[in-house]
Amino acid sequence: MKRILNLFLVLTLIFALTGCGGKDNSSEGNKDGKGKYAIIVKNAGNPYNEKEMEGFEKAIKEIGGDAILKAPDQPTAEAQIQMIEELIAQKVDCIAIAGNDPDALQPALQKAMNAGIKVLSLDSAVNSDSRMIHVNQADPERIGRVQIEAISEMTGGKGQIAVLSATSQATNQNTWIEWMKKELEKSEYKDIELVKVAYGDDLRDKSVSEMEALLKSYPQLNGIISPTTVGIAAAGKVITDKGLTDRIQLTGLGLPSEMAEYIESGVCKWMYLWNPIDVGYLAGYTAEALVTGKITGAEGDSFEAGTLGDKSVITVGEGTEVMLGDPYKFDADNIAEWKEIY
Amino acid sequence: MNKRIIDNKKDTNLKSFFFQWEWLLVLIFIVINIINANLSPYYLNFNTIIDATMTFLDKAFIVLPMAFILVLGDIDISVGSTVALSSVIMAVLYNMGLPMPIAMLVCLAVGALCGFLNGFILVKFKELSAVIVTLSTMIIYRGIAYIILENQASGNFPKWYTYLGWGYVGKIPFILIVFIIFAIIFGLLLHKTTFGRKVFAMGNNITASKFSGVKIDKMKIIIFTLTGLMSAVTAIFLASRMGSTRPNVATGYELDVIAMAVLGGISSAGGKGRMIGAVISIFLIGFLRYGLGLINIPAQILLIIIGLLLIFAVMIPNLKKTFGRGLRTNVSK
Repeated sequence: MKRILNLFLVLTLIFALTGCGGKDNSSEGNKDGKGKYAIIVKNAGNPYNEKEMEGFEKAIKEIGGDAILKAPDQPTAEAQIQMIEELIAQKVDCIAIAGNDPDALQPALQKAMNAGIKVLSLDSAVNSDSRMIHVNQADPERIGRVQIEAISEMTGGKGQIAVLSATSQATNQNTWIEWMKKELEKSEYKDIELVKVAYGDDLRDKSVSEMEALLKSYPQLNGIISPTTVGIAAAGKVITDKGLTDRIQLTGLGLPSEMAEYIESGVCKWMYLWNPIDVGYLAGYTAEALVTGKITGAEGDSFEAGTLGDKSVITVGEGTEVMLGDPYKFDADNIAEWKEIY
Repeated sequence: MNKRIIDNKKDTNLKSFFFQWEWLLVLIFIVINIINANLSPYYLNFNTIIDATMTFLDKAFIVLPMAFILVLGDIDISVGSTVALSSVIMAVLYNMGLPMPIAMLVCLAVGALCGFLNGFILVKFKELSAVIVTLSTMIIYRGIAYIILENQASGNFPKWYTYLGWGYVGKIPFILIVFIIFAIIFGLLLHKTTFGRKVFAMGNNITASKFSGVKIDKMKIIIFTLTGLMSAVTAIFLASRMGSTRPNVATGYELDVIAMAVLGGISSAGGKGRMIGAVISIFLIGFLRYGLGLINIPAQILLIIIGLLLIFAVMIPNLKKTFGRGLRTNVSK
């Protein structure tokens, strides 16, 4: 008898466990014909990603659809493939994805498109066969070049610099780094040497240890460019902790709220970013335009993207894109106002 | 728990048959599926459910030999790195012009070699525990993978190769069929052959089995080699699903794999367990994850739920013992 009771206990507990998880799910079952829009970001616990999801959700709410927000626990393509399968099974209308790998998601995303789901990438692109359109934060060429201009100005145009990136497969980061290298070919930067591109995988602890390793391997290092919000904050922390302010210059792309203390303390004189809420927001409206057939993802299409106004589709490389705009500069003058925003 | 393995005769009575761990797993499995079906209208759909198996079966191949290792009382945490190394070598060789089937054979050979090395070090240096040895090789294997590919991706596999991870035979995923065949082979090997009986003997008392003529070193090397080989099988299917490979693939697989085996009732203390339990728990964890994913539960909460389930699972034998004793004292009063 006790054993049966025991068994019953086990089962109720499991019921309770899985049941309580289900309650906080609000996007289920309130279909109003406006469609279901899903976004998959790189990983959970990443503030930049959370802002993108926030913007996406805002756009979808304005449209009147259901937003499904997904973030894997690790920034891997494997985890994203599984989520794509789950979304196909849920018969969503559109999947917007910030890819952890440009090519590895292709079979999964093609399966989604074959099932009639519109697919777009945002932030970090997947290859052009895996998507219908890509939502780009800013012109990658400008992002790359601007950061070299910045570090050159900070270091007085000479010395060793290094890049602390996210994962080695992050398409956006790699494109910016390519443009940085192109910018460095100019004769005005002949005294600047790019010694290494390190990868912190967008994980805080790994970024910190990669940063420390850079300082050890290159004692003469003058500047760090970290085009990722996790990396630049980690670099700022290491420079602060080791008392290297002014000896090592730091710039890159970062979240104002996370970087405010380093910008205010002078560890990072200025940095750049766009508004991730806007990136997500634009992705939301792009998704709607795809689903309602306003655009097909072909060059020359245009649509109204809520408060962002008219956007048009252009061809970049082998695929098409919608661009948000130029990178925005954050410095000691404006950081106080922006850190409250995101 | 002991009696059902060591002495089969006591198991014949119906009550103890139904109070086996595996039955409890089946029950949990059914409950999970009922919950999933209630929470998501998309769950109970033959195609969906069958498709879902594709998302977790790649790592399941390693659970099968891992069961042997756990029965031995050992552990192998280098399997994820073995997956990475063998798939990276396969991709690089293919891109250097080697035909894909040969590259796949090399992949299997590399996996087997990795496993063999683990076993070889273990039997040559008996004072080292399996955790330490495989922890070291885990770092070494992944390190070599990073040296070969330098944190880049490699792929461009031939079209037919995609079939392995994404293809169907009728409506059944190819990977599911291959897995079932492997599961049957490993199940028979563990429970119906002299080899399997020796494994249990070694797990229960290694000294005794040595003196009764079991070649324990040879056994260990074979089992670890087999684990490496199955890791390479996982590598082949994973690379097919991903369409490319990187030195950091399959990170954390060792934990998933061990969790699946332990939830399946295969004690890491050695000498206990059944393959069927491990196989049920593969599907249990897989469908649980998938079901919770279908209702879009945040990833962190999903991890907590699986962690809780696992703790609960390993606690149950103890709970049963405690309650069982209570029952007996009641009766004697």
